[in-house]
Amino acid sequence: MSRESILNAIKQNQPELSPLPTEVDFCFEDINPVEKFKQVLEFIGGKLHAVSNYAEAKEYLDSVMPPAGQWITAVPEFQDHAAFVEPGDPHLLENVDVAIIKGHFGVAENGAVWVTEELMGARALPFITQHLVILLNKNNVVPLMQQAYQLIADKEYGYAAFIAGPSKTADIEQSLVIGAHGPRSLTVILTD
Amino acid sequence: MKVGLFVPCYINQFYPKVAIDTLELLEKFGLEVGYPLNQTCCGQPMANSGYEHLTGSTNELFTQNFAGYDYIVSPSGSCTLHIKDHLHSDEAPAEAKNIRSRIYELTEFLTDIIKIDNIKASFPYRVGLHQSCHGQRGLKLAQMTELTAPAFSKPEQLLKMVNGIELVPLTRADECCGFGGTFCVAEEAVSVKMGKDRVADHIKNNAEYITAADMSCLMHMEGILKRQKSPVKVVHIAEILNAAMV
Amino acid sequence: MSAGKDHAALAQVFNNDENRVDWHDETLWFVRAKRDRASHGIPDWELLRETASQIKHNVLSNMHNYLVQFEENALTNGIKIHWAADAAEHNAIVLSILKEKGIDRMVKSKSMLTEECHLNDFLQDNGVEVIDSDLGERIVQLAKEPPSHIVLPCIHKKKEEIGDIFHEHLGTAAGESDPQILTETARQHLREIFITRRAALTGVNFAIAETGEFVVCTNEGNADMGAHLADVHIASMGFEKLIPQRKHLSVFLRLLTRSATGQPITTYSSHFKKPRPGQQMHIIIVDNGRSIQLGREDFRNSLKCIRCGACMNTCPVYRRSGGHSYHTAVAGPIGSILAPNLDMEKYADLPFASTLCGSCSNVCPVKIDIHDQLYKWRQVIVKNGYSTKTKTAMMKGMTLALSSPAIFNLSGKAGRLALRYIPFAVNNGLNPWFKQRDMPTPPEDSFTDWYKKNRKGEKP
Repeated sequence: MSRESILNAIKQNQPELSPLPTEVDFCFEDINPVEKFKQVLEFIGGKLHAVSNYAEAKEYLDSVMPPAGQWITAVPEFQDHAAFVEPGDPHLLENVDVAIIKGHFGVAENGAVWVTEELMGARALPFITQHLVILLNKNNVVPLMQQAYQLIADKEYGYAAFIAGPSKTADIEQSLVIGAHGPRSLTVILTD
Repeated sequence: MKVGLFVPCYINQFYPKVAIDTLELLEKFGLEVGYPLNQTCCGQPMANSGYEHLTGSTNELFTQNFAGYDYIVSPSGSCTLHIKDHLHSDEAPAEAKNIRSRIYELTEFLTDIIKIDNIKASFPYRVGLHQSCHGQRGLKLAQMTELTAPAFSKPEQLLKMVNGIELVPLTRADECCGFGGTFCVAEEAVSVKMGKDRVADHIKNNAEYITAADMSCLMHMEGILKRQKSPVKVVHIAEILNAAMV
Repeated sequence: MSAGKDHAALAQVFNNDENRVDWHDETLWFVRAKRDRASHGIPDWELLRETASQIKHNVLSNMHNYLVQFEENALTNGIKIHWAADAAEHNAIVLSILKEKGIDRMVKSKSMLTEECHLNDFLQDNGVEVIDSDLGERIVQLAKEPPSHIVLPCIHKKKEEIGDIFHEHLGTAAGESDPQILTETARQHLREIFITRRAALTGVNFAIAETGEFVVCTNEGNADMGAHLADVHIASMGFEKLIPQRKHLSVFLRLLTRSATGQPITTYSSHFKKPRPGQQMHIIIVDNGRSIQLGREDFRNSLKCIRCGACMNTCPVYRRSGGHSYHTAVAGPIGSILAPNLDMEKYADLPFASTLCGSCSNVCPVKIDIHDQLYKWRQVIVKNGYSTKTKTAMMKGMTLALSSPAIFNLSGKAGRLALRYIPFAVNNGLNPWFKQRDMPTPPEDSFTDWYKKNRKGEKP
């Protein structure tokens, strides 16, 4: 069996133990997290809209999202606006136009939002939808990835992702095209 | 302070003026400079081709020639780097080790060891400074564009002391010229293309001269300039620093 | 080296079209410039690189235990683990997983490891259709070519050529070359694939020993589209993808995409820890020469590579010779230090496809001493007899001339024999130096001659 032979070869060939660096949380930059988050998110093709409550958020989404499409949400408070996502066959999500989910926190330096599968409702939802909306509390923006991983270092999840902007590609002559396979747009709604 | 002048083989054979200017420049700063007549080559052409195991005899010769000096100075970043990294001697290991720590490329010797702050030289032309890779990335003669670190440049620091000189900015400040030792013939197509592109950058930015701390890069670029019948000329940095006042 | 597969010869062909070389060079330089802007914006960039390098060094030194730990945790998470000693075993494992499920069509996101193993060819020979879902990979797949770059697989193709491929295979209008329209066409085409395929294979960017999870980074979302819609998710990883703890991702994710494309992070950094209910998740841990490389002291640091491609984008030789001239799955500087480990004879040319300028080592986010390893591979290759007889003869001749001051110092330009041994100096019509370059005319006196005449010669 290859397992034993591979592990034996590795054991024989690996160098003498070299210690892990003890400090990986060394980066603390003096930045305004929310301001930087907005700036970077827009740079990577996302949109940010600040509201003071969910009613305002709904009003805003009604004004910018395709009204006739299929709206799905994993946020209980948005059930009056969108169908609540049901567990089951992800293929049923094939024609979703707008998905509304919550994010745990955002990261200022790269515009990413951390979302675990509980908040997605279904793992496929944030990817298969044509437009993705993430609700984020403005107090939950950390400056750098170091702080991000401090928050999630020992958290339990089956699947989770940093989502930074809409799906994109530059594979054809480095021309940036938004909407490769996943969402054509990402809107982060910043709530109080 | 006794300084040994190490003249790379191709400079000795093809560009004696560069060595003369280097010698005169060092003498101008009051240094006692010796030139061991039995010197040949640092062995880099063999080593970079994968034949470092053949460099034993050039290594021993180099060690014999330069063991007695306080400093060894050479008008070539590339050859200096090779000695710094690879000189070994079975017959005189301690001397070889000492040479490795005491060999300097000309410009770093002037800025770091004798710390000169003015030069009586004049070169009233527009000059593009080519950063040779072994000098820049190997000996760290200048900051590298890849790194997130404060800018500096030892060759530029010296050139700025020269009267009348105008340093032109380059679009790609530290791209390789493509000489690369035997690479220049083994990978002729890519080597020439790299050289053409480097030359074009200087020409586009209106340089009248291309200078560098390595004559090998300049020889390669000169070969291309001549073939293109370009009026742009190459000049080793020692030639500029030793250029008479006008 | 094998006939007709030499980097210099392939690069020469690539250079026949100078405008295309310029275009290729500029396109990749544009990516390098984006990388510079992104990295220069991080004050602690160099400290991040050093930290990443040290973490990877610890991984290399504790690989055995981390792998055992990773396996145990992944099994607890409900993931099936397979071990493959080589490419053939890896491919056989993929096939057996698919066969067990009765699946004969699979969608695959980017995995350089499967390129290294030639998985697509193997599966096709065994009646399994594979569709690459990364746009660039799909383009080269339709063109029946390998990727020319590990991050930008079709960087060698112009949009007009891609338009022709899409016209032929995906029914776009003849002459259509607008990237927006071509991408939209691929989106529609691949969406149908994602919806209908029951198995998805992805690569692995990082695997975490502490938690048994793995991370896949894409901009397009293709790994997620494939994995979340499939009954079976297979992830293929070289064992060197391990990192000790989840928190170490903070270091690597800050470095990876900034180095690769200049983006602050990929659009999706997906952490797969457990299969979703009803799904099967497999990880294939592959050796394929890596344990041998781990034992090569001078070259083991190459296993730190996180496949960002920065060394390729910055390499002046890569930019002017194209990825295919490296005739191996991973091109460019990093490929040139990885490939000889797998087959020293076949890839004997690659460590010489460099000027040793050192730019690769400077951009490397995990500080692999790439150009020093290129130099060291040259020595190993020559010592193992994979150099040519002509070159060896030339080197021996040069050594002889340069070892003897008497020969070297023969005066007068006709007498200076040493000139004949300097490889670029002799203008005999065969010397490639003179094809596009001139040499200076040898002066009457060498410097040594001048010195003897003008200074009192120092005795040796």
